[in-house]
Amino acid sequence: MTKTVTLTIDDQQVTVPEGTLIVNAAKMVGIDIPVFCYHPKMEPVGMCRQCLVEVGRPAIDRATGQPVLEDGKPKIQFGPKLETACTTPVSEGMVVLTHSEKARAAQKEILEFLLTSHPLDCPVCDKGGECPLQNLTLAYGPAESRFLYSEKHHAEKHVPLGDKIWLDRERCIQCGRCIRFQEIIAGDPVLSFYQRGRDTDIITHSDPPFDSIFSGNTTDICPVGALTTADFRFGARPWEMKAAASICSLCPVGCNLTFNTRREAKAGGKVVIKRAMPRQNEQVNEIWICDRGRFNWHYVEDPSRLTHPLVKKDGKLEKASWSAAIEAAGNQVKGNQVLVVASGRLSNEDLFNLKQLADGLGGEALLYDSLPGGELTTRYGVSAGTNLGDLGAGSAILVAAADLYHEAPIWYLRVKAAAERGANLVIVNPEATRLDKYAKKLVRCGKDEAAAKVRELAAELTAAENLVVFFGRTADRNLAEDCAALLQGREGRANNGLIGVWPRANDQGAWELGYKPVDPSTGSGQALAQAVKGKVVYLAAADPAGDDPQLAEALKGAKAVIVQELFPTKTASLADVVFPAQAFTERDGSYTSGERRVQRFYPATPPLGESRADFAIAAAVAAAAGLEVEGRSALLVMDKLAAAVPAFVGISYRKLAEVTEQWPIVGRGDLYYGGTTYENRQGLGVQLNVSTFKRSNVVRGRAL
Amino acid sequence: MMAHLLLRHRDIPDIGKLDVYRKNGGFEAFKKAVTQMKPQEVIEVVKASGLRGRGGAGFPTGVKWSFVPNNIWPHYVVANADESEPGTFKDREIMESNPFQFLEGVAIAAYAVGANAAYIYLRGEFWPVAAHLDEKIAEMEKAALLGDKLFGTDYSLRIYTHLGAGAYICGEETALLESIEGKRGQPRIRPPFPAVYGLYGKPTVVNNVETLTNVPLIVEKGADWYKSLGTADSAGVKIFSLSGHVKKPGNYELPFGTTFRQLIYEYGGGVLDDRPVKAIMAAGASSAVIVADDKALDTPMDYASVKALGADLGSASVIVINDSVSMDWVINKTIHFFKHESCGKCTPCRDGTYWMLHLIERIERGEEVEANTQLLHTVAKQMQNKCLCPLGEFSTMAVTTAIERFPQDFRG
Ligand SMILES: Cc1cc2nc3c(=O)[nH]c(=O)nc-3n(C[C@H](O)[C@H](O)[C@H](O)COP(=O)(O)O)c2cc1C
Ligand code: SF4
Ligand code: SF4
Ligand code: SF4
Ligand code: FES
Repeated sequence: MTKTVTLTIDDQQVTVPEGTLIVNAAKMVGIDIPVFCYHPKMEPVGMCRQCLVEVGRPAIDRATGQPVLEDGKPKIQFGPKLETACTTPVSEGMVVLTHSEKARAAQKEILEFLLTSHPLDCPVCDKGGECPLQNLTLAYGPAESRFLYSEKHHAEKHVPLGDKIWLDRERCIQCGRCIRFQEIIAGDPVLSFYQRGRDTDIITHSDPPFDSIFSGNTTDICPVGALTTADFRFGARPWEMKAAASICSLCPVGCNLTFNTRREAKAGGKVVIKRAMPRQNEQVNEIWICDRGRFNWHYVEDPSRLTHPLVKKDGKLEKASWSAAIEAAGNQVKGNQVLVVASGRLSNEDLFNLKQLADGLGGEALLYDSLPGGELTTRYGVSAGTNLGDLGAGSAILVAAADLYHEAPIWYLRVKAAAERGANLVIVNPEATRLDKYAKKLVRCGKDEAAAKVRELAAELTAAENLVVFFGRTADRNLAEDCAALLQGREGRANNGLIGVWPRANDQGAWELGYKPVDPSTGSGQALAQAVKGKVVYLAAADPAGDDPQLAEALKGAKAVIVQELFPTKTASLADVVFPAQAFTERDGSYTSGERRVQRFYPATPPLGESRADFAIAAAVAAAAGLEVEGRSALLVMDKLAAAVPAFVGISYRKLAEVTEQWPIVGRGDLYYGGTTYENRQGLGVQLNVSTFKRSNVVRGRAL
Repeated sequence: MMAHLLLRHRDIPDIGKLDVYRKNGGFEAFKKAVTQMKPQEVIEVVKASGLRGRGGAGFPTGVKWSFVPNNIWPHYVVANADESEPGTFKDREIMESNPFQFLEGVAIAAYAVGANAAYIYLRGEFWPVAAHLDEKIAEMEKAALLGDKLFGTDYSLRIYTHLGAGAYICGEETALLESIEGKRGQPRIRPPFPAVYGLYGKPTVVNNVETLTNVPLIVEKGADWYKSLGTADSAGVKIFSLSGHVKKPGNYELPFGTTFRQLIYEYGGGVLDDRPVKAIMAAGASSAVIVADDKALDTPMDYASVKALGADLGSASVIVINDSVSMDWVINKTIHFFKHESCGKCTPCRDGTYWMLHLIERIERGEEVEANTQLLHTVAKQMQNKCLCPLGEFSTMAVTTAIERFPQDFRG
């Protein structure tokens, strides 16, 4: 048990863990103390002086060591100076006045100082409307300026810090949050202060400049409009935008996102996405996302997207109605063994329905572009209660054949933090990675030796109380099995298990649903080429023909090709029927992250053209083939899925939408504190339990 | 006049040579401490002597040493030779002319707190002094006064010099530590204090050069002897750096309790052009300005008495201002200095000094002098008690006191 301390803040009694800072103790009971430099994810620095409060402590009699009493109550002594609430830890019997006349005066005076050098160009500032400086000035600041406008500090207003982030030197209030984020949280210390005094500026000193995949987060925690993204700046005012909860579709971390949208004249009055923001999920991405997640969603608005079904007529794909296309596809699959080839870009619901289609017709469902050993994670994967944020001293983490920084950036961030908390981080990888500097042990070896090296490390790793093993991109079957072997006996234990660093957001979902692997990059492309021969091939979100000319050839030998796609891919061009699919931003659905967390995403914009959700298309084709597959809504598909797949038992959309209180408190009312990251009201998701399926021969020849 | 205790080269010109220093009892105190005293005993003697820090704050030196915890290691000693306060030039004379006594002080302090490494942090402009000290340190190593197994004991010590890059703020002890660590010279939040969390996060004693130069004498001659010098509040002798409108500016080593009048007229040869003294700044540019009336002139210079005048003795850099100068000119200078030296880490100092600069410039240009003077006073007051380190407060001292105490100098 941690010791607690009881104190009084503005007449409210508060009991908090020892060591809590005053600013956080206040926050826990809903009292706001204005801050700029302090951020709850970072150690305090006490620089901006905005959080000054009156602090009194019980007077102690020097002779007796006992508190001095006054009218039977401990006498409280206030110091001559106000104290910074962000650097002062609570103590027993402390009395804090955050809104006394003295404290309010000081808070106002600090704001006045800040405003002397601030351009106040709110009307053209991206931050206007969600700006801590603006909000706190309204709440705490002076009503008018005593500083002459002509004497304001002037500085460059459009400085590209890199190709993603712009700096307005005039708006910067030198809080240092961006620098500290890069140094402490991202581990890419590429920003610094330059010069001193009123001339203090932010600079980047990396080559290329601002070289960090986490750079966008600085724009969330910058308390003014000094840092903006090249992608969004001057794009919209915050109050014009709506917010839709989503999940990043770009890697298996499954960061929680919010898409901000608005109707736009430029887009002919259509609702468009303006930006992606992090949404808090302390067990997944905390309040951060990587720059890929923030900026690389634009593919959904690519003008080449498919908008209506196509059916081949006289060797040419032609626009068709939905009913005609469904009928055509139904005729192709009916009575045939269908080979479904789908990728982990699809949602759980899509994959489930496609698999039903294959199963119902006696075919097979393959996961395109996958890693070996995927099915091992359904048995040895991490399960309910696992949080990388809990790992620290006493835990071991193995990262084998993966570059987390580039392949799953937020996992890099969280594994780094775990290593800094004392977890024993071991990396086995052929090349150097940015995570290396946090490792206790580094093994640099080629693909052939990796499995043997992992076996050598087994004793050390399995001695730890908790063990999490990441395996990735360059793993082969042997390595995957040896990684899994480390976790023998830990199945189902929280904070233990195997995590695949998959190439796609929902590869894990495909494994859980029983998809089989095919992967052209690991040589089984040959196998795929064989498998399609003479078959009805049903491809969803996969473009083998585009990836490999050999496969394009092979597809020509298929009996029929049906494609569900966002884009007119090479594969689509070879198809007999092409269905336009909806992007994940246009529909409901769920992904299963590499940490086996099932998470819901919601529609942000209306669907493009006549496109439909993949699960619905699959259901419609199945119906045309005489099968009964649920396709009315993603919610109903999930109900069916949960009933059919043991690992998903108990999961429903309602359950996925549940939230519990998270710390730190973030959100629109707390911009000044947590930044512009969104509060999570739409669901923290549910982590799967280990499947009770008994799969034989999961690991070759070994009793596991 | 009694023989100099710190500026001993003024009596023994060659004391900067190792053999001469040793012939005059040099390094006996260090040897005595290492071979005959427990570290704790050294701390006790220094505590009992009443020695207070000469860097400005006047904190009792022995007490500071006793704060060093014995459950966190290693420990460090850092000599603060940044000497950047305008009007302060005493440490330089010590290091140039009586370097061994200072180095012996460093060594004894290191032994007392269990440090095996000590750093001397010098302002960048002092690079010739650093080179000079490096030579002296090398001589000491050669003479087995530094290195391993000193005087046949297990105690080992090394001393290193480290040059700053020319920032006043690096004289502030935590900014100084950051600077040694190779970071930007900006103050840290205190607490924790350096004695607990100092250089590289380890317990560290930071002392001024002059403070440390006293230590060999105290160990050699005892606490009672030392206490017999100076006043009850401020034991021992002090080097007063006298500058401004005096005929003989320079360093004067005198017992605490000497009056301003004695310093200016007896030692300093009187005021330039024989004009009346108008004001005194006893702590360099960081001073509250003292109105130089008879009461002030007859005030003994010790920490408590100067405090009673509404000022601080600081590092005793006494700047004398005669009646040819208007105080708005003086604070124009100090504000420029602090605006230039503000490190920019905290809001009130970074933006306050900038604002004050604009206001004093308006006053100097004769623009709405009274209104702007009043605003300047408000802004200075508004900065007080809010800054992260004392520099911000320092920047306001002359401003508020000059306006309050010399209102006639701020009329349009
Ligand atoms: C802005 C500022 C500048 C300072 N400059 C110096 C300096 O140049 N030399 C010095 O010894 N102390 C300086 N100090 C005081 C140091 O922070 C520290 O108190 C001192 O070195 C402690 O040594 P002492 O106890 O021996 O005085 C400065 C303090 C501040 C706030
Ligand atoms: S750019 Fe923003 S986050 Fe960085 S120091 Fe300036 S105000 Fe703070
Ligand atoms: S870490 Fe992965 S899931 Fe998270 S934002 Fe980046 S690409 Fe998306
Ligand atoms: S008071 Fe001035 S010198 Fe000290 S930390 Fe603040 S800005 Fe820097
Ligand atoms: S000093 Fe506390 S928030 Fe900046």
